[in-house]
Amino acid sequence: MTGVTLNQAIKRYGETQVIHGVDLQVDDGEFCVFVGPSGCGKSTLLRMIAGLEETSEGKINIGARDVTHMDPSERGVAMVFQTYALYPHMTVKENMGFGLKMNGHPKADIDAKVKAASDVLKLDDYLHRKPAALSGGQRQRVAIGRAIVRGPEVFLFDEPLSNLDAELRVEMRVEIARLHKEIGATMIYVTHDQVEAMTLADKIVVLRAGHIEQVGAPLELYRNPDNRFVAGFIGSPAMNFLDGVVTEGGIDVPGLGRTIAVEAALPAQGTPVTLGVRPEHLEVQMGQGALQAELSEALGGVSYLHLDTPTGERLIVEERGDDRAAAGDTVDVTFEARRAMVFDRESGSRIR
Amino acid sequence: MDNIAGTKSSLGWAVNISVVFLVVLWLIPTVGLLVSSFRDRDQITATGWWLSPFAVEQNYQVSIPAEEARNDGEFFVIEGNIFSGGEGEVLRFGGRRAAPTEYAAGETADLRRDRTLTLQANGDFVYRNPEEITRDPNIYYSTATPPSFSLDNYRTILFSNNMDVAFINTFTVTIPATIIPILIAAFAAYALAWMDFRGRGFLIAMVVGLLVVPLQLALVPLLQLHNQVGIGQSFLGIWLAHTGFGLPLAIYLLRNYMVGLPRDIIESAKVDGATDFQVFTKIVLPLSFPALASFAIFQFLWVWNDLLVAKVFLPSTAESWVMTVKIADDLLGSRGGDWGILAGAAFISIAVPLVVFFTMQRYLVRGLLAGSVK
Repeated sequence: MTGVTLNQAIKRYGETQVIHGVDLQVDDGEFCVFVGPSGCGKSTLLRMIAGLEETSEGKINIGARDVTHMDPSERGVAMVFQTYALYPHMTVKENMGFGLKMNGHPKADIDAKVKAASDVLKLDDYLHRKPAALSGGQRQRVAIGRAIVRGPEVFLFDEPLSNLDAELRVEMRVEIARLHKEIGATMIYVTHDQVEAMTLADKIVVLRAGHIEQVGAPLELYRNPDNRFVAGFIGSPAMNFLDGVVTEGGIDVPGLGRTIAVEAALPAQGTPVTLGVRPEHLEVQMGQGALQAELSEALGGVSYLHLDTPTGERLIVEERGDDRAAAGDTVDVTFEARRAMVFDRESGSRIR
Repeated sequence: MDNIAGTKSSLGWAVNISVVFLVVLWLIPTVGLLVSSFRDRDQITATGWWLSPFAVEQNYQVSIPAEEARNDGEFFVIEGNIFSGGEGEVLRFGGRRAAPTEYAAGETADLRRDRTLTLQANGDFVYRNPEEITRDPNIYYSTATPPSFSLDNYRTILFSNNMDVAFINTFTVTIPATIIPILIAAFAAYALAWMDFRGRGFLIAMVVGLLVVPLQLALVPLLQLHNQVGIGQSFLGIWLAHTGFGLPLAIYLLRNYMVGLPRDIIESAKVDGATDFQVFTKIVLPLSFPALASFAIFQFLWVWNDLLVAKVFLPSTAESWVMTVKIADDLLGSRGGDWGILAGAAFISIAVPLVVFFTMQRYLVRGLLAGSVK
C-alpha cells in the first residue's frame, strides 16, 4: 500500500499562503494528474510531496509513513523535472545510476538496474553518451529512466513533456502511459495541458489558487463538473457560458432569446444563473435566429464556429458534416435540455 | 537576401583590420622587451630595438702615439692604422671631441693650426702637424658594428647567484597560495549559494564589502598578528596572507557562478539521495570548473607577480627572496642600467604565468551545461 495521502496540507511563503488546506487521497498504483492554470499551486503541491518545499502545516503520508518532515531522499519518491535536470558532466549510464550510487548500492546491482531500465526505454545505444549529445526526447527518456532505476514507491512528474515539440509530446505521452501499465507504481503528474490530463489520468485533480476544485476520473469531470471553473477548464474548446435568470418553467436566456427548460433543481425565480453548454452539444440551425457567425475555424473533420449573441456574449459551436455555416451567416443554435448545466452566477457552483 | 541574420557583414574586413591593429598595438611593448633581452648593453644604448636588425653605428676614440712621428721636412707626420691590422670599417671621423663624425672616411680634415688628418675607410690614417708633436693626438671615428643577438643576458640571469633559489621560492609561495583559497572558497561559495541558513544574506554582503578593503591597509596589523602567534615572517605566513587577500574575490566569483547553476539539477540530486556534501562534490564542483579555473589563473598571476606582500611577509634574507624581490632588489639595485638583463628577467618571470594560462584556458569553456536543461 503506497498511496499518497495529503491531510490539510498548507504552504505559506512568509505571509502569503499559496496552498490552502488540501486534502487528497491518491491510491496505490493510481495515475493522478494535477491540472490547473499557471500559478494555481499544482507544482508547489508536487514539490511538497517530493520534499523540495517545506510543508507549513498539515500532514503528508506515503503509504503508512508520515513523511511530512522527511528529506526528499527518505521519502521513496523519484521526480522527473520539466527541464529534465540531467547531470551534464555524466554519461547517460552514470545519470541513471546516480541515485543508487548515492544510496550505496553495489556496482553490479546498479548496472543490472540501469540495463533493465534502458531496455524499457530503448536507451541501450546511448548509455555512454553525455546529455549534450542527445535529442530532447532522448533526454526526457533518460530523466524518466533515472526515476525508474531507483525503483521508487511514487513517481512524480513535473510537466515533463512541456519542453518537447508537439509530435514528440504525443509519443512520450503514450510511452508514459505504457510505463505506468508496466510498472504499476503510483504516479503523480503535473500538467497544464488538459489533453495529457484526460488521456493519462486515472484521477484528475483540478486546482485553482491553491484550492482543489474537483477530484475525479477524467470523463466524470467532463460530464459532471462540480462548478463553473472545472466545467470551463476541462474540455476543448471550453464550455460556452450564457447568463440567464430562473423563470417559470426554466431559465430565461437573453442571449438566445428564449427560455430553456433544464433538468435541474432550480432555485427561486429571479435568481441569476449561468447556463453552460459544450460546443460539441450545440447544433447550428441555418437561416434563422439572431446569432451572428463571426469566424469559422475549419480543422477538417470539425469546424469551430464562433458566434456573437445579440447580448454581446460569445458562443463556440462544433460543426460536423458537409453543410457548415460561414462567417457572416445569421444562425440559431439548439441543444438537448439534458446537456445544459446550470451554475450559480455568484459562487459558480453547479445547480443540479 | 543580403540582410539575413547570420550572413557575413560587409564590414567584416574593417573588424578584422581593427583587431589586427589593436593586437599589434598591444604587443609592441612586449616585443620590444623580448628583442631587447637578446641584445647586448652597448647596442641597446646605441639604437632602439626596432633598429636591432641593422648594423649599429658606434663612436670610438683612439690616441695615436706621438713618439712615432717623423719629420718629412715640412710637417711632422704620424702614419698608421687605427685598427692595428685588425678588421673594421670607418664610416666617419673627426679630430675634435665636439665633432667626432665631422668628415666622411677618405676626406682630409683641416684641423686647427694647419694640422690635417686623413682617415681611410680601412683605418689607415695620416696625421700632419707643422709643429713638433708633444702630446698623443686623438682620433674620433665611427664604425658599423653588425647586429649581435645572444642568450648572454639569460645566462647571466639564470646562473647569477641565487636566481634558481628565487625561482623555486616563487613556486613555493604561489602554488599553495593559489590552491588554499580555492579549496576554502569553493565550500563557502556552495554554502552561500545553495544552503539555507540564517544570516546568509548578511554574510554575502560582508564578503562583497571585504572586496573594497585595500590590502595595504592590512599589511602591518596582519604582520603584527603573525609575529604574536609565532608565525612571523615565513612561507606559512605569506600563504595565509595571500589566502586572506584572495578569499573575498574567490568566494564572490564562485558563489555567483554556482548560484547560476540550474536549481533543478541540484534538487534532482537531492531527490536522488545525495547529501549536501555529495551534491557539492559530485555535481556543483565539476560543473563549476570554468569558474574555478578562471579564479585559479587570476590568483596565480597575482601571487606570481606580487612584490609587496612578499617583501612584507617573507624574511628579507637572500634565501627567501622570490623572483620579484630578486629582480627588484638585487638586479635593479646592482645592474640598474643593464636593460638587457632587466628585459630578460622580465621574460623569465612572464614565462611561467604564460604556461599556466595556456594549460588552464581549455577549462575556460562555455557550454559545460549543455544538454542538462532545455
